[in-house]
Amino acid sequence: MPFFSFAGLVAKAAVSKPPTRLYPFTKREPFAATRGHVVIQMSSCNFCTLCAKKCPTDAIEVDRAGRVWRIDRLKCIQCRACVDACNKKSLTLDPQYSPAMTAHEVESFKGEPLPPKPETPAAAAPAPA
Amino acid sequence: MVQRTIVPFGPQHPVLPEPIHLDLVLEDELVVQAIPSIGYVHRGLEMLAAKKDYHEMVYVAERICGICSAIHGIGYCIAAEALLQVEIPERAARLRVIIGELSRIHSHILWAGLLADGFGFESLFMHSWRVRELILDLLEEATGGRVIFGISKVGGLRRDIDDAQLERMAGKLDLVERECRAITDPLINDSTVKKRTVGVGKLPMEIAHLLGAVGPTARGSGLALDARKLGYGGYDGLKWEPIVETGADCHARSAVRVREITQSFDLIRQTLKAIRPGEVDLKIKPGVNPKGKYAARIEQPRGEVIYYLEGNGTANLQRFRVRTPTFANVAPLVKMLEGCQLADVPVIVLTIDPCISCTER
Amino acid sequence: MTQFIETQEVVAIAREELPARAAQLAKDGWRIVHVACINQGDHLDVIYAFDKGYKLVNYKLTIAKDDPVVPSISATYLAAFAYENELQDLFGMKVEGLVLDFKGKFYRKRHEAPFNPPACAATPPAGKA
Repeated sequence: MPFFSFAGLVAKAAVSKPPTRLYPFTKREPFAATRGHVVIQMSSCNFCTLCAKKCPTDAIEVDRAGRVWRIDRLKCIQCRACVDACNKKSLTLDPQYSPAMTAHEVESFKGEPLPPKPETPAAAAPAPA
Repeated sequence: MVQRTIVPFGPQHPVLPEPIHLDLVLEDELVVQAIPSIGYVHRGLEMLAAKKDYHEMVYVAERICGICSAIHGIGYCIAAEALLQVEIPERAARLRVIIGELSRIHSHILWAGLLADGFGFESLFMHSWRVRELILDLLEEATGGRVIFGISKVGGLRRDIDDAQLERMAGKLDLVERECRAITDPLINDSTVKKRTVGVGKLPMEIAHLLGAVGPTARGSGLALDARKLGYGGYDGLKWEPIVETGADCHARSAVRVREITQSFDLIRQTLKAIRPGEVDLKIKPGVNPKGKYAARIEQPRGEVIYYLEGNGTANLQRFRVRTPTFANVAPLVKMLEGCQLADVPVIVLTIDPCISCTER
Repeated sequence: MTQFIETQEVVAIAREELPARAAQLAKDGWRIVHVACINQGDHLDVIYAFDKGYKLVNYKLTIAKDDPVVPSISATYLAAFAYENELQDLFGMKVEGLVLDFKGKFYRKRHEAPFNPPACAATPPAGKA
């Protein structure tokens, strides 16, 4: 009927429960494949700086000498280029979105210091004549 | 004596999804002339080709627009792959068709809501955006993003969508199609809606052809133009015909888009039947750079988009030029607005489905 | 699946012949697709593309940078006014005989001819640092 074609939808909406969620009491669970935020596991990072080179927005900064890994979450576009580039598999993409910030902060993660190099016997011996 | 007044329409207007400015020259309530002016979201994205290499330009191409983002990425990749003279695996081409058609359905449902809002039918607007969430859930489960999918790369796809995922998607398609039809039937059949759209914004066929109209704007005037008929990237072998209506008014253009939603569901089902297991990525060796020029023509929800790429053998493209369908539809819009009533201006502007972020890149 | 690459002819023509050629194409039923300008460094290429029955033909003009003038085809194809205004705004070209001429104000921008900057402006650095 040309006058009441919308009536079916209206009637269904009037009797069913609302399609919206009562956030923050019920939160939406993201899917497993959702690109949320980058997570690093510092124990396996070897500071090769491949992730910083591949990042299209220069959001990752790697300090090799000081063994610090920094990410600017506001520049990150969650493209997964760093995750795909890391050959130690220390980067993953977590499904939860990063929370809103009140000040512009750059997150940094400090790696463990390198173990001290063992003494080599050749260094202690005198040079051959 | 009739006096002429000039009324500015936009850039801030409740019906416009993106800012465009039109100066409407009025005699009482009749629009005599419309003068467009754009540039509110011009970001100069084409110049970024000098700074980012051709692999990274996919991210830029996807972010030209939020509604048509998937097909921008796919179109760029098709053009770059043609310059590199490589052939992507078949599974990648078919998955691109599925993602592209789901994106087209979502864009048309979004447009349906905006058109309804344009003449005050807010309940349909809210319901259509509820249905759109169902489609975005399908896409987020498959690709990881709701609006920007990040799934295309030069050489194929960045990650595979496995068969279990495709089975789940196929199971939900019937429900989503029923919901889409519940939204679009009132838009086409309801008599109050027809009073606002039938006979409004007439664009005769010869003028549409001369002014270079593309997409549903042209198909609603009787021109059978659809760039998917060229048979690129997964579309050859599928059975379909461009949808044409001859009414040449707003109602005809709306009917074209509504029937295209049903056609897209059919194309997705045909592709799901034809898809085979296989690789999805052709790894391009580092050091291989595009050389030459090529203009790839892809069909976006709004019409034909041209991706003109020129490479000179280095990793940065010499020229990256996008001619989006709304840019081609600006001239027909100016023509359609002549002779209409002031209250019909929002409806006419919305029937070309303006995507101004695409127009101005 | 065979890769689809369509053959697209490129025909080089002189700029004086352009309005006459456009009038002939309009009579034959070709539709205008796009007008693109490429900054080749020492000269500018302007490409006019037309389509009929899914076949694309490009007409290429080569314009020297010290004489950036093209005749307009908007008398035949009114839709070209948008593309030709873009040539004026972004590349600093002068289009003669435009039907709807915005005189460089079609795009609201701050810089003059951003895609073809005048000689004193610095060119953007090529490649990622």
